[in-house]
Amino acid sequence: MERTTLDLWVGIFVVAGIAALGFLAFKVGNLGTYNVSQTYEVQAYFANIGGLKQEASVKSAGVLVGRVKSISLDTQRYEAKVTMSIDKRYEFDRDTYAKILTSGLLGEQYIGLDPGGGSEMLKNGETIKNTQSAVVLEDLIGKVINMLAEGSSKPKAANGKASGE
Amino acid sequence: MPVKKSIVGLGHRTVNTVWRLGFAARFFALTLMYSGTSFRRFGLTIREMFFSGVLSLIIIVVAGMFVGMVLGFQGYETLKRYGSESALGSLVALSLVRELGPVLAALLFASRAGSAMTAEIGLMKATEQIDAMELMAVNPIARVIAPRFWSGVISMPLLSCIFSFMGVFGGYVVGVVAIGVDEGSFWSQMQSAVDFQHDIMNGLIKSFVFGVAVTVISLFEGFDAPPTAEGVSGATTRTVVESSLAILMLDFILTAFMFRGD
Amino acid sequence: MSSQTLVELRDVNFAYDSRPILKGINMDFPKGKLVAIMGLSGCGKTTILRHIGGVLKPTKGHVKVDGQIIHELDRQGLYDLRRKMGMLFQFGALFTDMSVYDNVAFQMREHTDLPEEVIRDMVMMKLRAVGLYGTQNLMPAELSGGMARRVALARTIALDPMLIMYDEPFAGLDPISLTVVGNLIRRLNDALGATSIIVTHDVQESLKIVDYVYFVSNGAIIAEGTADDIIASDEAFVRQFVHGQMDGPIPFHFAGGDYKQGLNLQAG
Repeated sequence: MERTTLDLWVGIFVVAGIAALGFLAFKVGNLGTYNVSQTYEVQAYFANIGGLKQEASVKSAGVLVGRVKSISLDTQRYEAKVTMSIDKRYEFDRDTYAKILTSGLLGEQYIGLDPGGGSEMLKNGETIKNTQSAVVLEDLIGKVINMLAEGSSKPKAANGKASGE
Repeated sequence: MPVKKSIVGLGHRTVNTVWRLGFAARFFALTLMYSGTSFRRFGLTIREMFFSGVLSLIIIVVAGMFVGMVLGFQGYETLKRYGSESALGSLVALSLVRELGPVLAALLFASRAGSAMTAEIGLMKATEQIDAMELMAVNPIARVIAPRFWSGVISMPLLSCIFSFMGVFGGYVVGVVAIGVDEGSFWSQMQSAVDFQHDIMNGLIKSFVFGVAVTVISLFEGFDAPPTAEGVSGATTRTVVESSLAILMLDFILTAFMFRGD
Repeated sequence: MSSQTLVELRDVNFAYDSRPILKGINMDFPKGKLVAIMGLSGCGKTTILRHIGGVLKPTKGHVKVDGQIIHELDRQGLYDLRRKMGMLFQFGALFTDMSVYDNVAFQMREHTDLPEEVIRDMVMMKLRAVGLYGTQNLMPAELSGGMARRVALARTIALDPMLIMYDEPFAGLDPISLTVVGNLIRRLNDALGATSIIVTHDVQESLKIVDYVYFVSNGAIIAEGTADDIIASDEAFVRQFVHGQMDGPIPFHFAGGDYKQGLNLQAG
């Protein structure tokens, strides 16, 4: 095989490989959308983070604005301390609510930010004061059972439906 | 006593294997040490990239496409049960980029390019070409082995990307075109599920590690092969078996590290 | 006709895995001479060549090439010395992935900075010297055994080495090629002013061209002398070897034990 033909084929091979990588990075992956560019850090304390993990999304109005950078237990407050990296393009005010939500019924958990309407914006390193913890299934079931129990101990309904079994 | 004999035999084989591993490690170190020529005369490496990389393209492209298509079918089957057909894109892409791309491409590379390298080196050794080079004051490791090593290490990630690319395409053809999953959600869910750093980069790191392992094994087996016909054929078989095991073991270790799920 | 010695072996002993291969070898190879090392297969002849090339280290004694103890040199020193040596392997050992031209040009390209035009002329000259001018674009697979051996010879003398070693150069050749190769070995030796060492068991061809012969058996030198000395020798092994006799110090029968007993065991 001629030396130059060989070089040509290897060149094509390398270009094809890099093009495939590019396609994977931009079309299949999220390299274009989420810029690993400028971010600032913000913290929040939650009583229970549920299944929230590192690298989980931080969204506002459904739009991805950042990622969960780290999660740890604050031993003074015994609450979960979550540190988030937020894209510098998006500013949130100090009265913003941070809630732990689930995408879909069985999906993974993420943090949703609801702006409060205040005038002062959060800066790098500051803490979000208003938080709502994750809904824990066991607590929910416990509540439902309590509600049912309370309901059955009330006087019987007029149409005589017996609720107890 | 047959039991005693088999224990002695087992001990003997274990010692041999450990000894050989030491040989192989030294061989790897020498290859790295004498790699200067591979870069100063990059043409040598490019030539080897043709034989190991370019000539593997067809099998990688075809296999990738088929694997992607199968993922499309199987994925749809399973997801339909949970009403999550729209997640097909994510399933296909993640499976390929994280696991199937690097692992399958490496296995195919080992069987095609790895065994070819073993046979080539083994034959060169059997026909005294390596000795001739040594006596002509040309370092055979620098001239013959190292360029092939670097060609494998460079080609492997490229082939892995091409495999994943063809797989995603195959999944698209089956899922969207054939079955009718919504094209928009196929791509958009995929994009939000696949993270560049976490999934694609990790996949690339895997394929790089596999490339090193497969190429070193192939070259070592060829270099160490007894200079006979049976010797060379045994060496090529060993290359494929050992490479495959190494790939799967390394995959386990790397996956455990990278995708711990915390 | 210098009396200086190019290669010297003194009390060289070599064992492989505690199996003794060479026992107390003493040899001298004078400059400009053609010396043959003869003996049966497996007697240690090729091992001696490997010692001279610096591939093996003796367990005792020393090997001196051009005044340097070759097995004590560092890697660079060893390569520098090897650049002045050439070795022709038994079946040529041509690089099968390169053309004849590239094979002969190999050492020139690797060890010199000569421009391609000069290398081209040199390759053509070497090919012509072995009578194969015109084959430069063929691949080794397309050559016959004899031609491959001659191309390998052209490759060996590419940089005009001072020491040329031949490992069984006459093995497997037809009568015409035998004469051609023998002739070439002698002519090249004299033309280049080099020293040549031939390891062979072809008595006829080598005795025609050599200046001196060493006979090796079981790792030791049992006879040496000029070609005429050898032909006239009384030593039993030499006689058996040179005249190709079936029985002598080297017995016809393998040491297989009592034959009659073996038969009885089978019948019983």
